[in-house]
Amino acid sequence: MDTIFQGFISAFKLMAALDPTLLQIIWLSLKVSGGALVLAILLGLPLGALLALKRLPLRGLILSVVNTGMGLPPVVVGLFVYLLLSRSGPLGFMELLYTPGAMIIAQFVLACPIVTSLSHTAIVNVNPIIRQAARVLGANPLQEALTVIREARYGIMTGGIAGLGRVTAEVGAVLMVGGNIAGYTRVMTTTIALETDKGNFDLAIALGVILLGLSLIINVALRAFQRLGRASSGVVLWD
Amino acid sequence: MGLSLELAGIYKTYNGHEILRDCSWVFEEGLTYALMGLNGTGKSTLLRICALLETPDQGRVSYLADQKPLAPDLELRRRLTLLLPGVGVFNTSVFNNVAYGLKIRSVKRREIEKRVMAILDVVGLAHKRRERALDLSTGQAKRLGLARAMVLEPEVILLDEPTASIDQENTEIIEGIIRKMKAEGKATIILVTHDPAQAARLGDKLLLIQDGRLLPG
Ligand SMILES: Nc1ncnc2c1ncn2[C@@H]1O[C@H](COP(=O)(O)OP(=O)(O)O)[C@@H](O)[C@H]1O
Ligand SMILES: [Mg+2]
Repeated sequence: MDTIFQGFISAFKLMAALDPTLLQIIWLSLKVSGGALVLAILLGLPLGALLALKRLPLRGLILSVVNTGMGLPPVVVGLFVYLLLSRSGPLGFMELLYTPGAMIIAQFVLACPIVTSLSHTAIVNVNPIIRQAARVLGANPLQEALTVIREARYGIMTGGIAGLGRVTAEVGAVLMVGGNIAGYTRVMTTTIALETDKGNFDLAIALGVILLGLSLIINVALRAFQRLGRASSGVVLWD
Repeated sequence: MGLSLELAGIYKTYNGHEILRDCSWVFEEGLTYALMGLNGTGKSTLLRICALLETPDQGRVSYLADQKPLAPDLELRRRLTLLLPGVGVFNTSVFNNVAYGLKIRSVKRREIEKRVMAILDVVGLAHKRRERALDLSTGQAKRLGLARAMVLEPEVILLDEPTASIDQENTEIIEGIIRKMKAEGKATIILVTHDPAQAARLGDKLLLIQDGRLLPG
């Protein structure tokens, strides 16, 4: 009991003092997960939109692959990205292993299926009348597609936030490809794992509390977007 | 200088059911046509075909200016519009809904502002311009749909049950707007309605769909 209590006391001291190590770890976590999310949206949103709006060949197969990707265990992703980036791997020449770049790639692989799949779902679920309305108001095919995508924007943002939630919480992939190097590739989750292992609870608890807070913010945002995306009740005129 | 519309031998089948058969008519420019028919007789289908949203299985839809047929391209599509029975309100403000068609035509911002505000005044929604359009009542949503169509100054306007399932007050407002459009005489109007009295009040010509055929009413 005493250790835990002491741990919390020291943790809050660290936070109150804006401890540089703590801040650096948080900052890197945000950079890695934020970077991964941006890349995931750049690829996942157009892909989800294409799958939703066009009759692509192999669409069913691609969707199955994407949906499987949503449940990939982070250590498996860590393993494959490791193999890809290791010195003898196909991308070994880039010398990215054990850098923040490698961590971004791994988290991108984790976030992308979520962003793609939830974008696809959001766009597919836009009422077909929106597309008709855009057309009869004079939209060209591109404007028509963009109008449907914009109508799905809150669902798409939900996908982005869900992807962010997944990558900020995972530890397996970043640990394997980042190496948890102090001052360089140490993020919140890997630090918690390591410091707990060593019995240093204060930094671990401080980061744990912050991670919980972040997770709370993410969930509040998720609910807000879901609410905004819902059409108001009763008066909407479906065809 | 308006548009007339010529339907020639239109057939449409859904799931093995022949909904429209051999529908032909010439809609002259500047006139208002009231189209009636029982539920499920294909009135909405015919309007969607006229709006170039759907293609008939057989037959021809031609728009003519000065007797010359026009190619069914984007330029032509932008001279006509359809008010869908469900409107299809976009999840944005009332103002942005009405501005939509002007924005995609790259109209200048200042002119958009002017034209949208003028139309919102006409339909009595100016005070709601900043509100979320999805929060409007059914009658207000129908007026929004009408405003969104009228702001484009279409030469052909297709209205699919613009006063269905709304109250007397909203119906009167909408009929007033249609009457005003008629008086200006710039647009060819095809109005689908269930209400024979409304058809008589607004239509220059009455039409009926019966057993898939388009007949004079
Ligand atoms: N997209 C569609 N797919 C299949 N059936 C349709 C479709 N649109 C309309 N129908 C059918 O065609 C018939 C005519 O529909 P509609 O044109 O909406 O009639 P109305 O507007 O006169 O009530 C109905 O039986 C309807 O179920
Ligand atoms: Mg109908």
